[in-house]
Amino acid sequence: MAQKEFAGQLIDVNEEGYFTNPQQWNREVAAAVAKEEGLDLTDNHYAILEFLRNRYNSGEALSIRSINKSGIVDVKEFYSLFPGAPLKKSTKIAGIPKPSSCI
Amino acid sequence: MKNILILGAGTAGTLMANKLRKKLNRKEWNITIVDEDKTHYYQPGFLFIPFGIYDEKDVIKPKSKFIPKGVDLIISKIEKIIPTENRVTLQDSKIDLKYDYLIIATGTRIAPEETPGLQGDLWYKDIFDFYTVEGAVALGERIKSFNGGRIIVNITELPFKCPVAPLEFVFLADTYFKKRGIRDKVDITLVTPLPGAFTKPIATKMLSGLMVEKNINLITDYNISEVDNAGKRILDYAGKAVDFDILVTVPTNKGADMIERSGMGDDLNFVPTDKHTLQAIGYENIFVLGDAANLPTSKAGSVAHFAGDFLEANLLSLINGTPMTAKFDGHANCYIVTSDKKGTLIDFNYDTEPLPGRYPYFIGPFGLLKNTRLNYFGKLFFKWMYWNLLIKGHDLPVTSHMSMCCKEVPKETK
Ligand SMILES: Cc1cc2nc3c(=O)[nH]c(=O)nc-3n(C[C@H](O)[C@H](O)[C@H](O)COP(=O)(O)OP(=O)(O)OC[C@H]3O[C@@H](n4cnc5c(N)ncnc54)[C@H](O)[C@@H]3O)c2cc1C
Repeated sequence: MAQKEFAGQLIDVNEEGYFTNPQQWNREVAAAVAKEEGLDLTDNHYAILEFLRNRYNSGEALSIRSINKSGIVDVKEFYSLFPGAPLKKSTKIAGIPKPSSCI
Repeated sequence: MKNILILGAGTAGTLMANKLRKKLNRKEWNITIVDEDKTHYYQPGFLFIPFGIYDEKDVIKPKSKFIPKGVDLIISKIEKIIPTENRVTLQDSKIDLKYDYLIIATGTRIAPEETPGLQGDLWYKDIFDFYTVEGAVALGERIKSFNGGRIIVNITELPFKCPVAPLEFVFLADTYFKKRGIRDKVDITLVTPLPGAFTKPIATKMLSGLMVEKNINLITDYNISEVDNAGKRILDYAGKAVDFDILVTVPTNKGADMIERSGMGDDLNFVPTDKHTLQAIGYENIFVLGDAANLPTSKAGSVAHFAGDFLEANLLSLINGTPMTAKFDGHANCYIVTSDKKGTLIDFNYDTEPLPGRYPYFIGPFGLLKNTRLNYFGKLFFKWMYWNLLIKGHDLPVTSHMSMCCKEVPKETK
């Protein structure tokens, strides 16, 4: 398994750069991952990251739609916080697996 | 007398009623099934209607024809389940239904109202679904008089039933316009929230190859936010616009509203379900079969059929007070038509992605992830199997758990 250094910590990641051990995550590490994605994290970013992590930890599915349940931002604002592919980007920065879509 | 209550008499509910009536003593067990609709739809046939291959008659039969003797069919809208009291309330009757065991099989419905503008001025004029018989018929009329322009097929969000249907649609559209001699005047584009033509890598490679061959465009990672009817375009959350002359939509798929009224669903009204035992999570005496469940496999008739064997085994164990040992593996199996002459076939489960190879059948073998004529007939033959075997709860000539027989396993995963 690959490891990558973020904010002075060695993190286990998969070939796409997603954390394989969500326990290794903290705010500093998140900021460093975000830098690589070209983002400076604001309070709203952090709130979304916490929301995604909580949802992941409770075994609930992550989807674009579920952001509306966050009470933090709506989907449009989510797109402007994490431009491009927001769910892929935000889960990477949140230190959780990339949401997989089953067929 | 004890009661088994089945909610929904579509593919899953009907096949379960047939299976259980054969297994449970009539003197001890009542079986009741409820649906609001008198008509049974062969939904896989909807795909062929817009292209004039099937018409309404091919896909519609009365539900009562498939409910066995000794099972009570009630036609009524279900109001809600009250799981703490083992009771279900109906909209058209003051009398509640009590149950010892409940099977939820209320499926999924399209929810175009979830996307602003989708049901605007152009709905059923230039915007159509093909997941309802009404949509498929209206789309067929529109396509007949279509002489060129841009057709986009848009998947709104995941999950949606029969995940290969949009691909089949664009393949059939390609063939249809070629036959009419106007293919060069028609631009066909699939616009999807997925990162590719399909989800799993090996099947995606095969299917996107076919799309390139057929000159069908692909726009990926696209999450539609609204439809601009006046501008005839769709927009995503980042503001990216795609123009259309005809928009064929696969709207948001939701579980039945009844699930929401019962407080038993997730964000999209699907019922959280144990993926191996098929019990609703948190309720020992409630099982979920078919599209209504939130299982991480395809929402497909074949899945309901395979899962049905496991549900039956577990329910009978529970009734007999023995441990439930049947574990559903997520087995799904789908023919994919790739033109009006050829098709391919995928077979997979929770753990194994669709792989190439051969599929052993009593006729065949069919080619997995191979484009063959026989696979196309397999799809047409599926209609006969559906009406005559599948919903009557008979075995199909294939195993219920997925078999690795004759699959070509890629080297890395061996
Ligand atoms: C275009 C298309 C192509 C497809 N192709 C294939 C294919 O090739 N192969 C394949 O295996 N599958 C295919 N499918 C999928 C397949 O048809 C479904 O997965 C299958 O029918 C699901 O069965 P079900 O019993 O879960 O739901 P359904 O068959 O939809 O039944 C649900 C029933 O519940 C009833 N109901 C819901 N709410 C209430 C309420 N409140 N009160 C009373 N009744 C209610 C409904 O009236 C309905 O009869 C296709 C589907 C579509 C739309």
